[in-house]
Amino acid sequence: MALHGFRRTRAGRVAIRLDGAERGLLRNLVEQLREMVQPADGPDADPADPLAALVGIDPAATTPTDPAMLRLFPNAYGDDEPEATAEFRRFTERSLREGKLANADLVLSALEGAGDRLVLRPEDVQPWLGALNDIRLTIGTRLGITEDIEDRPAFGADEAELVAYDLYDWLTFLQETLVRAVMGLRPPDVS
Amino acid sequence: MSIAPVELERPIADSETVLDKPWVTIVWNDPVNLMSYVTYVFLTYFGYSQQKAEKLMLDVHQRGRAVVSNGSREEMEVDVTAMHSYGLWATLQKDD
Repeated sequence: MALHGFRRTRAGRVAIRLDGAERGLLRNLVEQLREMVQPADGPDADPADPLAALVGIDPAATTPTDPAMLRLFPNAYGDDEPEATAEFRRFTERSLREGKLANADLVLSALEGAGDRLVLRPEDVQPWLGALNDIRLTIGTRLGITEDIEDRPAFGADEAELVAYDLYDWLTFLQETLVRAVMGLRPPDVS
Repeated sequence: MSIAPVELERPIADSETVLDKPWVTIVWNDPVNLMSYVTYVFLTYFGYSQQKAEKLMLDVHQRGRAVVSNGSREEMEVDVTAMHSYGLWATLQKDD
């Protein structure tokens, strides 16, 4: 996989070269994210309480037991405030889910039918950053990633786990180059 | 004449009547979020200067947490929701 990150174009936009395999990989990851963040009843289904859903209330929202979901939808208060945490979640989790879903859908539609060169509109940047970050949060939490490179598994470790680390590093590279491109910073050194 | 400080008669404010920005939003460090992205969020969402955004990002990274905004409870709930939508780990609490 050739490493092409996001770059700023002469016209001041950000663009990236992604081959068909990379686009397919990214689409697959974003589709998985979409499944995770989708409100339980889905956007097309009749929610139990249409009016509550309309104003973004989800009476059934509770603290997730899956650590990756808890990282995507964290508790808003400390552990000593379970009631405030629960109430906040009921009133905000649905719209948070819908926002993350909208990010994923925007990235999917950009990848749909895209050629090797993809140019982002300015309004696409934040949804792309959000979706890339959410996928990294999910994979990172599943891998139990730390800030210490020494904690990485050595060669000969489980193949699927090594692949997941490679994916994580690629997504990190995409996100880092996208942030730097929009902030007008130099791209990171790639050895 | 006493030189002791004048004791003003005033009621002791209970917590509900303290209106002076009593709540804070805290962003916590995590191993996934990029330093550049955290800075970007502080610049973009709060409109902080580059210097302030980087200082707060470094506090998060090195000290494990930083107070990124303060205000009413409702305002902090808005900020915490925004941080969660960006994928940052944030909580709100009463300022202590």
